[in-house]
Amino acid sequence: MKLDAIDITLQGCAKHYPNGHRALQPTDLSIGAGETLVLLGPSGCGKTTMLRLIAGLESPDAGGRILFGSDDVTRRSIEHRQVGMVFQNYALFPNMSVRQNIAYGLRIRKAPAAEIKRSVDELLALTRLTDFADRSIAQLSGGQRQRVALARALAPQPRVLLLDEPLTALDTQLREHVRGEMDRLLRQLGVTTVYVTHDQAEAMALGDRIVVMSAGRIEQIGAPREIYHRPANLAVARFIGTISQIDGDWTEQGLLCRGGLLPAPAGTPPLRQFWLRPEDAIVVPPELAHLRGTVAQAVFLGERTRLSIAGLSNEPVTVDITGRFAPVVGDAIGIQIRPEAWQANLTYAEAA
Amino acid sequence: MQTDLTFSRPMRLLFLLPLLVVFAAFWLLPMGALLRISTGEHGGAYLALLHSPRYLQSLISTVLLSLAVTAVTIVLSLVAGLFLSRRAFPGRQLLIAALTLPLAFPGVVVGFMVIMLAGRQGVFSDLTQAITGTRSVFAYSMTGLFLGYLYFSIPRVVLTVMAAAEKLDASLEEAARSLGARDWEVLRDVTLPALAPALLATGAMCFATSMGAFGTAFTLATDIDVLPMVIYTEFTLNANMLTAAALSLVLGAVTWTVLSLAHTAGAQSAAPSA
Amino acid sequence: MKKFLTALQLVITLLMVLFLVVPVLMSMLAGVTDNYAHGWRSGLTLRWVQQVWELYHGAIGLSILIALATLAITLVVGVPAGYALSRSRNRLARWLEGLMVLPVAIPGLASALALLVMYGSLTAFRTSAWFIVVGHVIFTLPFMVRSVTAICLGCDLKTLEEGAASLGATFWQRFTTVVLPNIRPGILAGALTVVTLSIGEFNLTWMLHTPTTQTLPVGLADAYASMRLEIGSAYTLIFFVMIVPLLTVLQSVSKPTGQQRGQRTNRMKQDQTA
Repeated sequence: MKLDAIDITLQGCAKHYPNGHRALQPTDLSIGAGETLVLLGPSGCGKTTMLRLIAGLESPDAGGRILFGSDDVTRRSIEHRQVGMVFQNYALFPNMSVRQNIAYGLRIRKAPAAEIKRSVDELLALTRLTDFADRSIAQLSGGQRQRVALARALAPQPRVLLLDEPLTALDTQLREHVRGEMDRLLRQLGVTTVYVTHDQAEAMALGDRIVVMSAGRIEQIGAPREIYHRPANLAVARFIGTISQIDGDWTEQGLLCRGGLLPAPAGTPPLRQFWLRPEDAIVVPPELAHLRGTVAQAVFLGERTRLSIAGLSNEPVTVDITGRFAPVVGDAIGIQIRPEAWQANLTYAEAA
Repeated sequence: MQTDLTFSRPMRLLFLLPLLVVFAAFWLLPMGALLRISTGEHGGAYLALLHSPRYLQSLISTVLLSLAVTAVTIVLSLVAGLFLSRRAFPGRQLLIAALTLPLAFPGVVVGFMVIMLAGRQGVFSDLTQAITGTRSVFAYSMTGLFLGYLYFSIPRVVLTVMAAAEKLDASLEEAARSLGARDWEVLRDVTLPALAPALLATGAMCFATSMGAFGTAFTLATDIDVLPMVIYTEFTLNANMLTAAALSLVLGAVTWTVLSLAHTAGAQSAAPSA
Repeated sequence: MKKFLTALQLVITLLMVLFLVVPVLMSMLAGVTDNYAHGWRSGLTLRWVQQVWELYHGAIGLSILIALATLAITLVVGVPAGYALSRSRNRLARWLEGLMVLPVAIPGLASALALLVMYGSLTAFRTSAWFIVVGHVIFTLPFMVRSVTAICLGCDLKTLEEGAASLGATFWQRFTTVVLPNIRPGILAGALTVVTLSIGEFNLTWMLHTPTTQTLPVGLADAYASMRLEIGSAYTLIFFVMIVPLLTVLQSVSKPTGQQRGQRTNRMKQDQTA
C-alpha cells in the first residue's frame, strides 16, 4: 500500500477562544509532501490546536488559510477534507467490530462491498490484525486498539495522516515497540503525516522534522539532530534533553569558572556561560582534568549513571557516564569537554 | 475549551426545539395561567390561607409528617444499606431484591399495602386480636399515612445509600483504621461525611415526595388533613378553584425550595473534595 | 459488642424486608382466596381475577395505550434533547435542565391543576385520553432526557463523533451510525422508566381523567374504595404481574457499570500480557 503525498501550507493561522485565551499565535508552516512532521511541546503549547486546525475540528481566526496542495480547505468541514486521524484515546466505535471500524470510512463513501473487503483485508494484514478482525473493541489490548485506530484512519486513503499523541495511552515498554512499527509503516506508506506529542524521544525517533512549540508559538523547526545539537534558543535546549549552565569569567585561554579553566578553541568570541549536555563531558582522573568538582549525587539508570557534580559552577552540573562506573557521593571527580560542544554554545551566544 | 464543529449551534437548537415547545405549551404556560388565577382578586386567596387555621394546620401537619418520614427513612436505610453493601453472605441478593421490589408501586398501591398491614383485615389487626383480644387498626389515620410514605421511600433511599457506599473509596476507611480510629469513629469521621451529599439529595427528594403524595392518602382516607388532600377536596367537592390553585402553588413552592436548598448545599459540600 | 451490632443490623434489615414484602404476599394471596376473612383454608380461586378483568380490562388496556403513546412522544422529544444537552455545557443548558425537572420536583397535583386551568375548556381535548398522555409526557420526559444525557457523557460521544467526521461521515450519518447505536442502552433504560412510571401514574391522572378515560391506577383506587378486599387484591395482583417484569428488566439494563468495570479490568489484564 502506498498513498499519494501532498504538501500542506498554513498561512497566518491563529486561534483564540471567546474567553480571550490565545491557543495559537499567528503561524505560518509548510509541510512537505510525504514528510513526517512532529509538533512537540508541553501541554497547552498549541500543538493540538494546530493539529485540529489542519483536521478541520477547529477553524482559524479570520485571515488564516489552510492549503492541501493548491486546494484551499480553510472553509471546508472535516468530513470533506479527506484526512485520516488517530485520536489520543483512539475513539474506536464500541458498537462495531475491528473489521467494521476499519471499513467505516469506505462504507460512508459508499464504496463497493468488494473493494471495501479487499482494502480492509490489506490493512488488517499490514497492521497484523487479521486474526482479530471479528473481535469487538472491548476485547482488544491497548496496542491492538492503537493499530485498529491507525488502520481505520488509513482505509479511506487520506491526503494527510494526523496523529494526536497516539502512543500516550500505552505503557512504556509497549510504547517503544509500537513506535518502531509505526516508523516502518509511515515510511512505507509515504503519506504526509503530522504527529503531535509531548515526548521528545518519540519526536526524534519518528520525525523528519520537528516543530518545537511553546505558549502558542513556534520556537524552532528543524531535523531532530539540528534541534538537539543546534537549538535556536535556551528554551528549546532546555525542553529537548538536559542541559546545565557553567558560569565563569572570560580570559584569553577560555572560561575561568569555580572548577578550573575551560579552554576554548581559537577564535571563540567572549562568553560568560557555557551550556553543557550531560553526554558532552568525559570523566577523567581529577589531576588530568580541566574542571574538578565532587560528586553530589549519583543515580544508576542501567546503561548509564547520571551524576550531579558540585563545585564546577554555582549550580550542580549534570553529567552522564557509563553505568559500569559506580562513583560514591563525595568523591573528587574531574571532567573534560568534547570540543564539538563549543559549536552549540556559539549558537546560544548568537541567539542571546 | 475546544469548539464543537461536529455539532453546530443551530443543529443543537433544532434538537432542543421539540422539548422547548412541549415544555412551554404543557407546563410553563399552564403554570403561568394557574399563577394568574391564584393571584386574582388582589391575591385574596393567599390572604385567606393565612387567616384560615385549617389550611395552616394542614400545611404544618404535612411538613411535620414529611420530616418524620424523611428522618426515619434515612436512619433505617443507612442501617440496611451499609449492611448490604459491605457484607457478602448467601441471600444478600434476595434481600436487596426484596427491599427494592416496591420501587415501581404507585401511591395508591402503597396505600393498599398499608391496608393489608394495618387495616381492618390486616396483619396487625389479626396479631393484636390473637394476643390482646382487641383488634388494633391504624391504617386510616396519620399513622397509616406515615407507614405508607415510609413504604414508598425506603426502597429509593436504600438504593441511593448502597450506590453511594459502593462508590466510596475503601482506602479512606482503611486509612482511618490504620490511624487508630475505632468502628464508630470511622463511621462518624469518614463514612457518614462521604455519604452526606447523597443522603442530602435523597432526603430532600424523600421530603418533597411525601409533601406532594396524593395516591396513598386518597386510598387510606379522604379525611386525613394533609395538604394534597385539602387541595383535592377544595377542587372537586367545593369547586373552589381559587384556593386549590393557591394551595397547590404554595405546596409547589415549599417542595421546590427544599429541593433547591439541598441541591445548593450538596454542591457546596461536594466542591472541596472535587 | 461487634457481633451484637452486626446482629442488630441484620435484624433491622430483616424487619424492613418483612415490612415491605409481607403486605405484597398477603395481597397476592388475598387476590386468589375465596374468602379472605376466613383465610386461605376457604379455598383458592381465580374468580376475583376474572371479575377484575371483566370490570377493568378497559382501564388496563387504556393504560397500556397511554404508556405507549407517552413513550413514543418522549422518544421523539427526549432523545434529541438529551443528546443536545450533553453537548451544551453552557449556562443556558444547565438552566434548561433544572427547569425541565420541575414537573417531577413539584407535586403532580399542581401540574394537573395547571393543565386543567389552561386547557380544561377545550372539551374535545379535555375528554380524550390525549389529555392524560400530555400529563404523563410532562412528568416522564425528564427521566428520558437525563438517561440519554448521562450515557452521552459516559461514552465520550464527542470524540467518537470527531472520529467519524474525520472518516468522512456527515452529521446525519454520524447520528445514525455512531450516536444512536452507542446510546441505545441509555434510551432503553429511559424507555422502561417512562413506561413503568406511566402505567403507575396516579397523582396527575386522577385529576386529568374523565369517566370515559379511566386508567389502571384510577381503576385501582376505585376498586380499593368501593369493592371487597379480594377484588382490590386481585387487581393489585394483575398490576404486579405487569409491572414487576418491567422493573426487573430495567434494573438489569441500568446496571451496566459492573459489566463495564469487568471489561476494563479485562482490558488491563490483556495490556499486561500484550
